[in-house]
Amino acid sequence: MSAGVGVDLENLWIRFGDFVAVRDANVHIKGGDFFSFLGPSGCGKTTILRAVSGFLEPSEGNVLIGGNNMKGIGPNKRPTALIFQNLALFPLMKVWENISFSMEIAGASAKERRKRADELLDMIALSDQGDKLPSELSGGQRQRVAIARALCAEPDVLLLDEPLSALDLKLRQHMRTELREIQKRVGITFIYITHDQGEALTMSDDIAVMRAGVIDQIGDGKTIYNDPATAFAASFVGENNVFRGKVLEVNGNEALIRTNRSGDLRSRISTANLGKLAVGDDAMMFIRPEALDLAPTGTKGENFVTAQVTHEEFEGNTFNIFMEGDGGKEIKVAIPNHGQSFDDHTGQAMTLEYEVDNAVAVPAGELAAE
Amino acid sequence: MPSFLKDFFNRNGTLMGSLMLGLVLFWTVGLIILPQLSMLDFSFRPNLPPPEIGGPKDVYTLENYKYLVFGPEGGSQDYNAVDLKVFFRTLVAAVCVTIFNLILCYPIAYYLGQTKGNHIRILALMLIIPYWINEILRAFALRIIFGESGVLNTILVGSGIFDTPFDFIRNDIALYAGLGYAYILLMIFPIYNVIESLDHNQIEAARDLGAPWWRIHKRVVIPYAKPGISSGCTMVFMLSAGALAAPQILGGPSSLWFTQLIYQQFNDNSDWPQGAAYAVVLLVTCILLVLAVMRLFKVNMGDIGK
Repeated sequence: MSAGVGVDLENLWIRFGDFVAVRDANVHIKGGDFFSFLGPSGCGKTTILRAVSGFLEPSEGNVLIGGNNMKGIGPNKRPTALIFQNLALFPLMKVWENISFSMEIAGASAKERRKRADELLDMIALSDQGDKLPSELSGGQRQRVAIARALCAEPDVLLLDEPLSALDLKLRQHMRTELREIQKRVGITFIYITHDQGEALTMSDDIAVMRAGVIDQIGDGKTIYNDPATAFAASFVGENNVFRGKVLEVNGNEALIRTNRSGDLRSRISTANLGKLAVGDDAMMFIRPEALDLAPTGTKGENFVTAQVTHEEFEGNTFNIFMEGDGGKEIKVAIPNHGQSFDDHTGQAMTLEYEVDNAVAVPAGELAAE
Repeated sequence: MPSFLKDFFNRNGTLMGSLMLGLVLFWTVGLIILPQLSMLDFSFRPNLPPPEIGGPKDVYTLENYKYLVFGPEGGSQDYNAVDLKVFFRTLVAAVCVTIFNLILCYPIAYYLGQTKGNHIRILALMLIIPYWINEILRAFALRIIFGESGVLNTILVGSGIFDTPFDFIRNDIALYAGLGYAYILLMIFPIYNVIESLDHNQIEAARDLGAPWWRIHKRVVIPYAKPGISSGCTMVFMLSAGALAAPQILGGPSSLWFTQLIYQQFNDNSDWPQGAAYAVVLLVTCILLVLAVMRLFKVNMGDIGK
């Protein structure tokens, strides 16, 4: 596979008047990677995409594509192609004309354009649909046409601005697989913008987690999920239970945290914060719902939490138990369903065990809004 | 009763429905169709003194139409060169005014339609407010600007660009400016309406795919704005071909507008049948011309209403 063209953001600042949309972003995206910017709406991820595509000039800093500084180069001259959130297919052009629009601009003959459009239509499994209008296609088909139109321009970097958000759940999941396959086949760099952590985790080589214009963490999906660098990354990506407290002891990569209401708990310190989290610091400890386990009656493991059950629910693949937690937040425990019987524990105090490795401590910080 | 009428009455009630329908019918039939039919009838009758109307001489004739083409019977010329010239000149000038207005208004409409912000409302207001002023006053204002000792000549002569004042009125520049200015809103607003609904992402998508600005307009914006453009052009063409005030006030002494000939027939010559025939010829020619152009650019009648 070709190495592909990398993208670098160097000390990128983007301001709109007094508002700072992107604050000092430094990102190295390897050529041929599927890279996602993940964050809630308004975090500045679309702004970054617009700066890479050239629709927006950064206030400070540089965008490099394949090592070339893109300063002053317009969107029609950059080796990027953008897929818009609403796709922005041209409604009055046929599907094949939409796909080959970039060739029309380059002055290719109608015959060449039709040939290339048909090839791309084959690739996206819409072979006989070239003469239709976009409005005659379904949502998923339009989605694929938008991808083909962008690929037809033979960009070095494909930029995708939440292109799946308008699709229903099943189609969205299907398109994730399809997008990933297309990316592997064409081998170019994909930069993907999303607020959906599921999309980011399933498709990406690397993910940048963004909060209010700041990039909190860059890493592959497993790192982001298992080893979050900040409280925001821990709470935004996937479900997580938070325990607030102060660091009581630090032993190597482990910390003992005096939590506000669950006693002293032992936890791993997240890699990014090793050596930074010190005794006496305000800290947050996170344990995933699936990492908590009901302790057998009468026994207590080494690491445990005791709390009152407020309610329970059955989700199909899991039984979920909700307990009184810290600061108005509930502790959620997910017990996998393998057909066992399950009693109602509402109102009882329960003990939950966990492995120290599955608990991760970061400095106290802002949590993601729910 | 057809189902759409039934729906209409169900929605609005019998009383309101009849009232609305009655008013619309009164407007279209009573105020437009019947007077036009009566004009059509006039145009095929000879110009008779009142006692003879309805008498044996009051028969249908083509003489009024013949007059436009061949001139008075027994005249010295084969064709009515004077009137025909005015007729075609009017049509050509109306086409020119329409094209000029389109070129002027499309960028304004595009800017208004695709730019966000409060200043757009202020700009639109600034376009609209001058139209609160009476059409005739606006025409006279242009006369003051374009007159021999007018504002424009004062500036041009004062700054030394021209040695002697330029006669904008004799050269019809004032007339074209007046006609163009009279109808720019009718060109801007239909185009603005359509372009405002064009998703800005379409323009960015085209740009992102490498298109320079003029290609974006050619392939994305203009095809989308076509209904608005045809609607604006139709209105401006029809109204400027049928304009009377601007040619009266701003026209040069030697250049007549065809509407002025019609006016003369009705008013100065008291020859209503002749005036009616001229008016019918103008109306029918304009409609045919518009239909032909619509056909050429593949515009549907339904688009005009957008």
